Amino acid sequence: MKALLLRDLALAVKAGGGFGLSLAFFLIVTVLIPFGVGPDTGILREVASGVLWVGALLACLLSLDRIFQLDYEDGSMDLLVTAPLPLEGLVAVKAFAHWLTTGLPLTLLAPVLAVLLNLDPAGFPWLVVSLALGTPALSMIGTFGAALTVGLKRGGLLLSLLVLPLYVPTLIFGAETVRRAVDGFDIVTPLLMLSGITMGAIALLPFAAAAAIRINLR
Amino acid sequence: MSLWEYANPKKFMQTSSAVLPFVAVLTVVCLTVGLTWGFFFTPDDFRQGSTVKIIYLHVPSAMMAINIWVMMLVTSLIWLIRRHHVSVLAAKAAAPIGVVMTLMALFTGAIWGQPMWGTWWEWDPRLTSFLILFLFYLGYMALWSAIENADTAADLTSILCLVGSVFAVLSRYAANFWNQGLHQGATLSLDKEENISDVFYFPLLFCLAGFVLLFVTLLLVRTRTEIRARRLSALRLRERQAA
Repeated sequence: MKALLLRDLALAVKAGGGFGLSLAFFLIVTVLIPFGVGPDTGILREVASGVLWVGALLACLLSLDRIFQLDYEDGSMDLLVTAPLPLEGLVAVKAFAHWLTTGLPLTLLAPVLAVLLNLDPAGFPWLVVSLALGTPALSMIGTFGAALTVGLKRGGLLLSLLVLPLYVPTLIFGAETVRRAVDGFDIVTPLLMLSGITMGAIALLPFAAAAAIRINLR
Repeated sequence: MSLWEYANPKKFMQTSSAVLPFVAVLTVVCLTVGLTWGFFFTPDDFRQGSTVKIIYLHVPSAMMAINIWVMMLVTSLIWLIRRHHVSVLAAKAAAPIGVVMTLMALFTGAIWGQPMWGTWWEWDPRLTSFLILFLFYLGYMALWSAIENADTAADLTSILCLVGSVFAVLSRYAANFWNQGLHQGATLSLDKEENISDVFYFPLLFCLAGFVLLFVTLLLVRTRTEIRARRLSALRLRERQAA
């Protein structure tokens, strides 16, 4: 498991692996928003929490098809499946590697971008916390979507159509947490719901994703 | 004699061809009676005027939009557990009907919302969750059409349907939490005291029955088409192999 994790991380960081791409995408989305809605700091402050969450979500989506596609194409998927590691474990490790290379950097980058969008200071810690709690769910759900579409030639667009509706609850609770923190309301409930979604996704989706991979490799 | 007998495509074709005319006629009768009664022989509501009559399309289509997904969930489960092809083909056949029902509920809702709430669209939990349900249907259908191998497609879409159901329910409550609604709560039930007035209730019952029957009719027709298409492709394959 550890070897697989290190291998995935090395592949992602290597040239052409896509690490940094999603970060750059996140940055660009955040920079584009003020051009779209105008540089009025009041408006930006209003939408900052939602924009940051949507941006993180889209950046996460961008790197999903890499999770299995390359392994599937060069045949290493078959080797991984026949390895002693259970397929569910393999999927979980893949999702974890995706989170380490996408979700975690996005979480760390978010406060910097939040300054650009003039987020209320009260929102900063909870933005980081909600992203840290929510992005694992995004990675796990995305891994499931990637497992569904791994056998397809050009599955990228289909992947986003399948995965984005599944992202809705995570997005709602994540952005709600930050918004409530900014407005000074109680944030425990959305935060608990968000953690619940993440826990549930980590507990259940590896099985669904593994089943999808078994079907695709049949 | 068990229910599973109908999982045999041949048996299903026989039974469905025998049942289909009756269901179709019953559909026409129920919809005609319900809609005519509702549109022309009920008084206008004292507050809503004649717009109240959209209820005869809005409520049944909204109800079916949800129930069709539940039906797809059940048939997908049956396919995953017992591998009956008819079951998963029924799910495939149901999805486009579900999309149309969802769209219809959204559109009639918009038309109703304009004069009543003064807006075509509001980010209300019920409206939002229907829009998300619409996206789920689209994703499900897109996955079906993207995969060439029929069995692989059946398996993958079934898994998507299972996972999607969980998230659809979750989105429903998330949307509820995220925004407080404009849409009224349920005013329709068989046993509660607060109910809509009988004048509107009885034609609505006909419409509800009509929509259920309409779905059954369309589902049978579409499933039969799917089975025939499957047979045709099997025949073609055999021909090609023989040649």
